[in-house]
Amino acid sequence: MSVFGVFYLALIIALLVADFRFANWSDMSSLLSDPRVRFSIWLSLISCTIAAILSLWVAIPTGFLLARLGSESMTQRLGQQSPSSRRLFNWVRYSIDTLLDIPIVLPPLVVGISLLVLFQTPAGRWLDERTGELFASLGYAGIRGITYEIPAVILAQFTVAAAFAIRTMRNTFEQIDDRPERVALTLGASHYQAFSMVALPQAWRGIVAAFTLAWARSLGEFGPILIFAGTARMKTEVLSTTVYLNFQFGNLRGAVSASLILVTLAIVVLILTRLLTLGGNSKNGVIV
Amino acid sequence: MISVQQLRLRQGDFELSSISFEIPQNAYAILMGATGSGKTTLLESICGLRAVSGGKIWIDGEEITRTPPAQRQIGYVPQDSSLFPTMKVHRQIAFGMEVRGFSQAERSQRVEELASSLDITEILDRYPRGLSGGERQRVALARALSFRPSLLCLDEPLSALDDDTRSNLTKLLKKIQQFESVTVLHITHNVEEGNQLGTVHFRLEKGRVRAVVCEDSGDKNTA
Repeated sequence: MSVFGVFYLALIIALLVADFRFANWSDMSSLLSDPRVRFSIWLSLISCTIAAILSLWVAIPTGFLLARLGSESMTQRLGQQSPSSRRLFNWVRYSIDTLLDIPIVLPPLVVGISLLVLFQTPAGRWLDERTGELFASLGYAGIRGITYEIPAVILAQFTVAAAFAIRTMRNTFEQIDDRPERVALTLGASHYQAFSMVALPQAWRGIVAAFTLAWARSLGEFGPILIFAGTARMKTEVLSTTVYLNFQFGNLRGAVSASLILVTLAIVVLILTRLLTLGGNSKNGVIV
Repeated sequence: MISVQQLRLRQGDFELSSISFEIPQNAYAILMGATGSGKTTLLESICGLRAVSGGKIWIDGEEITRTPPAQRQIGYVPQDSSLFPTMKVHRQIAFGMEVRGFSQAERSQRVEELASSLDITEILDRYPRGLSGGERQRVALARALSFRPSLLCLDEPLSALDDDTRSNLTKLLKKIQQFESVTVLHITHNVEEGNQLGTVHFRLEKGRVRAVVCEDSGDKNTA
């Protein structure tokens, strides 16, 4: 590890130590006894889990497709096409790849504003209303739509987390040799069977890593939630907004205590991931 | 009968043109050629893993040039065996039957039969990781034969094996081909291996396939 690496490690440890020294148990217990904070913890846990599941649902097929579009066999197939067709294919592939990275590079507030603007369009309003009707028919009349409601929290988390999950799944599938899938085709398998029976089981460690990354990313999400879901207590408040609200009202100890809950949850998830993926092959930093 | 007529295939600057040959029913065909001459490319085209630019491929009178690989009835054993890492050997062998909708009883019976013929009964409950090169190739062979294909394509299946294993597998290949009554197209660099196994011999040179007659002393070109 380089000197700068040691410095960075020391910085992370110092940050955690400073947080834990600043807050005390009485601050923490008083925070946890607040029903509004307990609500935000539960909403965080539930919304992050739903956002991570949705992210995986999108990331697995998308990551697989992106990985295989860049595979050697695809290059071989393209070798039979005209140069202009190859150029067009590569342009489309890189464009899709770049578009999928936009949520990663956009400032979080911009993601929130963009979501808000999207749901002001006729299509967005229509979806907002239909979602409200759906929840009402399911007996959740309190959720009147998407914007400034719990679905907005999940959508804001999902929008950013999915991009990270896709990147992880793409890297995972790129590390998996596609030749066994091709052999599966000759054995009578459909493309879906080759994917689900041969490629997918090999990617389980990458799936765990993508889920964890999406979950942790959702847990720390703040900007898009602030703009798109608001900070209504007992309604759309998640842990990151609890930190913000406490800080906003001058309760620094409360803000740090809420931060420590976030830190603890993140550490627990990271340890669980490490344990689950223990013994896996790690190539180029990607758990496969 | 396997018939390839005027097959053309382009891969960047590399090109196979006017590939034509025929393999009689139940023959053991050997395809030889220099490294980079396009043997694997040709084999993968026959298996449906590469699109061809022109020409036609027939198996038992049925044209399969544009048929998806899953419907070609061709068993394929690649050079590296390409076993499925997360499947135990018995499921691996049954895979082709599973995706084709064979019953559990049929699958079990066929797996046992092939495992016995290829002497891999002991490893049926193991994962590919940790299997020897010879065991891996036997499993790949059993997997390719499981659904009783019309043609078995072998891409240098013995090239990475030691002499003893290679010698044992050569005898086994001959035995299993006769027992299963399957037509085989086998790529190899090894003349001795080709002479031991082949009943029909081809050589791929300069983008074309030529039939050759094999004699103990070597190859004699006839085409």
